[in-house]
Order: sequence, then C-alpha cells, then structure tokens
Amino acid sequence: MSVQALRAGALATAVTAPSSALAEWGVNLPEGVTSISNTIYDIHMWVFWICVVIGVGVFLAILWSVLAYRHSKGAKPAHFHENTTVEIIWTVIPFLILIMMAIPATGTLVDMYDTSDAEMEIKVTGYQWRWQYEYMDEDISFFSSPDTPRDAEKNLMEKTGDYKYSVDNPLVLPVDTKIRFLITSNDVIHSWWVPEFGWKQDAIPGFINKNWAKIEEPGTYYGLCAELCGQGHSDMPIEVKAVPKDEYREWVAEQTGEDG
Amino acid sequence: MSAVADAHAADHHDHGPAKGIGRWLFTTNHKDIGTMYLVFSFAMFIAGGAMAMIIRAELFQPGLQMVEPAFFNQMTTMHGLVMIFGAVMPAFVGLANWMIPLMVGAPDMALPRMNNWSFWLLVTGSLILMSTLFMDGGAPNFGWTAYAPLSTTYGPDSTTFFIFSVHILGISSIMGAINVIATIINMRAPGMTLMKMPMFVWTWLITAFLLIAVLPVLAGAVTMLLMDIHFGTAFFDAAGGGDPVLYQHIFWFFGHPEVYILILPAFGIISQIIPTFSRKPLFGYTSMVYATAAIAILSFLVWSHHMFTVGLPLPGELFFMYATMIIAVPTGVKIFNWITTMFRGSISFETPMLFAIGFVVLFTVGGLSGVMLAIAPADFQYHDTYFVVAHFHYVLIPGAIYGIFASVYYWLPKWSGRMYSEALGKAHFWLSFIGLNIAFFPMHFLGLAGMPRRYADYPIQFANFNQVSTIGAFLFGASQLLLVFIVYRAVKSGPKADAKPWEGAEGLEWTVPSPAPYHTFEQPPRVD
Repeated sequence: MSVQALRAGALATAVTAPSSALAEWGVNLPEGVTSISNTIYDIHMWVFWICVVIGVGVFLAILWSVLAYRHSKGAKPAHFHENTTVEIIWTVIPFLILIMMAIPATGTLVDMYDTSDAEMEIKVTGYQWRWQYEYMDEDISFFSSPDTPRDAEKNLMEKTGDYKYSVDNPLVLPVDTKIRFLITSNDVIHSWWVPEFGWKQDAIPGFINKNWAKIEEPGTYYGLCAELCGQGHSDMPIEVKAVPKDEYREWVAEQTGEDG
Repeated sequence: MSAVADAHAADHHDHGPAKGIGRWLFTTNHKDIGTMYLVFSFAMFIAGGAMAMIIRAELFQPGLQMVEPAFFNQMTTMHGLVMIFGAVMPAFVGLANWMIPLMVGAPDMALPRMNNWSFWLLVTGSLILMSTLFMDGGAPNFGWTAYAPLSTTYGPDSTTFFIFSVHILGISSIMGAINVIATIINMRAPGMTLMKMPMFVWTWLITAFLLIAVLPVLAGAVTMLLMDIHFGTAFFDAAGGGDPVLYQHIFWFFGHPEVYILILPAFGIISQIIPTFSRKPLFGYTSMVYATAAIAILSFLVWSHHMFTVGLPLPGELFFMYATMIIAVPTGVKIFNWITTMFRGSISFETPMLFAIGFVVLFTVGGLSGVMLAIAPADFQYHDTYFVVAHFHYVLIPGAIYGIFASVYYWLPKWSGRMYSEALGKAHFWLSFIGLNIAFFPMHFLGLAGMPRRYADYPIQFANFNQVSTIGAFLFGASQLLLVFIVYRAVKSGPKADAKPWEGAEGLEWTVPSPAPYHTFEQPPRVD
C-alpha cells in the first residue's frame, strides 16, 4: 500500500474523525477535553520549555567551548580544575528550578487522585484482547472488541482513517458529568488510555484502580491499550463517544429497553 | 618501567600466552579475558541490533508485513535482554578487566581464576538465552521486564530457560563485581589513594557495589516467577492471594539501579577522555566522585517512577516524583563539570573525543526528557509510549554505547599497539550520530501523539514518523559494521602506536608500552 493511499484514507475521514487521529505529523500531546488533561498539557509545556531553555544553554556552552578553544587554532589550555563556588551555584539553581516544576505537578496530582463526588461509575475490565464496560448505575454491560478487518492488517485492502482504532461497541458517556472509572483486568495487566482524558491507568487482575474524567466537549475519542498484554496488545483499542446529557439518557433508555 | 619488566621476565620463561585454543579457554590473564569480553559483547551487540532491525522493518509501515505480532513481541523482549545483559554489561566488564589493573598499577585482577569462570558463565547464560529463540512456543515474549502474570500463567515454555539464564548471567556479573572491588581496594599501586584514582576506576567501583546490591534482588524476583510457574506458589497471582504489582516493585528495585549500572562506567570513560583531548585536568574531580556516589544512592529510592500508573497511593506517587527529580541535580553537576573541563582548554577532535562530545550533547537530551518523565501527572500521558522509548535510547545509546565506542577508539592503540584510521573513525561517529537522531528523535513525537510502545502494528496517523525512524535505525545499524572493519584493519595493518598516543593523556596505562605486554606492573609503580 502506498503512502499516498494511506494519506488519502486518512483525509477521507477528516469530516467525521477527531482532529487528533489525523495529525499525521503530530508532534505533541493533545490538550484534551477534560480540565485535568488541560492542566497536564500546561504542566507538560511548562516543563518542556524549561528543558528547552536549559538544553539550549548547555548546547551553547558546548558550542562556545569547542569553537573558541581549538587546539588547531593554537589555543593554550588553562589549568584551573576546581571552584567550590560554581559547584554550589550549579547545585542550588537546578534544585530551585525543580521546585518550580514540582509545585504545579503536586497540585495536579492531588486533583487527579480526587475521585470523590462522582456522578456515575463505569467499570472497565481488560481481557485478552478486548475491553468490557459495565455501567454501575444502569443495567448495561457489554464487550468492546476491535473490528479492524484482518485483510487491512494483511495489506489486502485499503486502510481507513480509523485503522486499528475502530471497535464494534464504543463506550458511550455523557459530557459535563464527573465519571469515576473502576479499572481492573480478567487475565494479564492491561492499561486503559484515552489521551484526550489526560491519563492511562493500569488494569490489574485482582485489583481495582480508580481514576476520573469530566468530559467537556462532545465527540469521539480514541485510545489504545498501553501495557504489553500478549500478541493482541495492539488490537484492543478504545473508542469513547461523548454525547450531551439528554442524548445519553436516550441511549441508556434504548439499551435497557432492549435488554429488558 | 619496561626495564623492570624485562629484568623480571628474565627469571621466568613461561610468562607468554599459551598456544592455541587453550589460551582462551583456560586463561586467567586480565588482558585476554578483557579481550574475550569485548569481542563477545560486540557479537551480542550485533545480534541484538539485528533484532532491532526486524522490529524497525516491521514498523516501517502500518499493517503486518514482515512478522506476526507473536514473533514481534519476542524480538522486543530479546532485543532488550541481549543488549542489556549480553552487550552493554559485558562490554563494561571487558573494559574493567583490561583497564582497571593498568590504571591502578596492578599486575592482574585480584581473583584471576574467578575472572575466567565469570566470563565462561556469561557465554553459557547468553547461549541459554539465545537458544529460547529455537524452542517450541518461541522465546520470551513478555518484554525484558517480564511482568507477571503475562510471564507466569501466560508465558511460553521457554520462560524457565529465560529465568535460568538470568540466574547464570547474574552470578557472572556478581563475580565480576567482586573481582573489581577486590582489585581496586587491595591492589592499587603505593601512593594511589582513593581520591587519586582515575574516574573510570571510581565509577566502576561504585557500579560494582550496585551490582552486588541489586542482582540478588533480580534473582529473587525471577525465582519467584519460577515458583509461581512450576511449584504452585502465588506470589504474583491475585487469585491465590498474591499481588502482580509486587513483582513490579521487586523488579524495579533491581531495574532502576541497573540503569545506572549501564551508565556509570560510561561517565567514568567520558571523564577520562574529555580532559585528555582538552589538554586540561578534569574540572571538579571531587564533586564528580560525590555526584556519582549520590546518583548511586538515589537510584535505590526512585524505583516506582516506572510504575506511576499502577495505582500507587498519592503519598507514594509524590515521594517517588520528588526523589526522581532530585537525581537531575548530581547528573547536572556532571554535565556542567565536563563542559567546564572543555572550557578554556585546547581541544582537538580525534574520534574518542567526538564520541565523548556526542555523549554530553545527546545524554543531555535524554536527561531532560527524563526530567519530563519524572513529573508524575504528565507521566500519566507519557508512560509506556514511544516517548519513553525515545528517552531511554537517548540515555543508553549516547550514554552506554557511545561511552564504549569512545573507549574502544581511545584504548585500542594500547590494546593492539596499532592506530585506527582517524578518517574512518570520524565517519563512524558522524554516521552513528546522524542515524541515531533520525531513528530516535521522531519517537518523542510518536509518543506524545499517542503511540504506545511494544506495538507490532499501529494506526495510520503514526505512519510518517515511523517511516523516518526506520530509515535512521537502518543507517545507525549499518554504520556499526564500519566499526568491525575499522578495528580489524587497525589490528591487522594499522600504523604502530606510541606508548602514549594522545598528547594530553594522563595515567599509569600510558606508562607501559603499546601493545601492553602480556604481563604488566609485576613490580608496582609509585604514584606521587
């Protein structure tokens, strides 16, 4: 399959798919659609720019040294080899910079761990190789399995924009609702990750991990399993359909009606 | 010095190497054993590199072109194991064998017979590990970290052989470490106090203590896997009252110091080479020693930063975040000291120096992405993505591998008595440098954009950077074959090297002739 065909496939889905799935030259984290993911993005950029400044400083110092003190240009070596003052300075200043990073990081972490006052709960269970979603407050439970055609993997047919992302039953969630996720596994360790929500959380057999999201924008958000779980590791995608609250109520009624 | 050696040689007539294969099988000579370690580790480097090429070839395009995911997972696992236990660690032991006696003025390692045994155990353990590739059910496929229960209940039959090979490689490394410590503590030349030791000796001393501290922990972890698999225990099986996360805690209590085992000797090498080619003493020797020790001690306190997403309690998460961030301080001190050593020096750019400067530049990139990864809330995004793959390849290749390359070029004249081709050495450096950056820099982007690691196939949004990365990886891989040619040509027909081929070099190893005679320092030199 040619690269052009792949690109064409990606472009074809431009109207329906979220922007992140199209960023073929994407270089950065998504800002995400929850307040936590926005904060994480801000910390990421804050730390990133500090690192860039430090890195540029270090590289300029190296560049200056190798350009200005070349043996081939007849540079005579100095003989200094110790200076306690500068050693103290370059121990203390990095320490202060680290504190500037640690303060916002601590606050965000505390918020991420606050799973209290959730308005609804979803239990996510990892299986080799699919996810099970249980709506703890409703009588809804289903498996979400990958449905990328084998022929596309084998390069026998065109790959579409949702290649390796599409599932048979997406997880449907309401927006503007604090949702607590209870994450566990039935076999090996998996990890449930939707980048637009800002976190991944390991799904561990015998243990229930908690995390939460309050989605602010309706849309379709994709994710992938992020912990090696066997040969189908790259075959257990996540698709979340975030819908307005009333639409969500309709969907729930439809599901429970069918079941009952 | 040579006069002393000659006079001594007159008393004995059996001091040359034995003839034939027996020389290599039964040798207790630190130089022969060092050479064997270096050659063996390079063979493993090529084997592990070939696995990396299979991984990158499969990832050149989305879809499954070359291999099935089951085999792909065996390749990622074996690539990691072979590179860590077969290539980098043995290469450093080889350098320790060759150089520590020469640098401290000792006639040999303190425990020469054990030295022979630890090498042949390395070969045995490595062959057992490689043999798993040919077993029914295939090689280990659960990642080099071997997380339970993927490696226990769900592991292939070859897991048992993997466990035994780790035991044997661990015993080999512990014996090597004991030998290094015994040599450094007991066999330094008169006058060489601890704070006069070359940095390479210092960093290896600290590394050896790390090895002795953590390899038994790894042995314990894999033995518990063994018992879960065969003896019905449930250390890591929640259904039997065990805890899969316990395995990760034990593994990373080994695993994080292990990361420093892979880098500290390279720090030492760089601290030898930069002063030589800057013609200026190492800046801040004392603070370098303390910084190395601080990094080693801190390495025992940060293991859970590999596990930020397993559901640690909040206080644990905060502790491991702060502790990890603090490691940036002594690491920064080392970087600043190296740069200040170059500052106002008289720098020339022979191949060892190019690799050393490449080390400082690229290790800084890896160190800074390490700081980003230490930020726990952001790590909930970074964790287990290609951002992590980019990070650890930026510390391990420019760190460990460049350190080893630099030392091969630096000490090859001493080992072989011949000079390598400077033009070819420089070509090797530039091809490696360009290839490495094309291969691994785009992985930062892939990870941030959302590509998890250990994926045999991926959504098409990741296609472009994966393609770029594969091209760089093949360039990097192919340019390593150049090193084989350079070393072969130098040893066969390179121009003769002086006892001290580098104008600015300091240290006892340059006081003996090149090539270093089979026996050196039979009478200890005096150090003032």
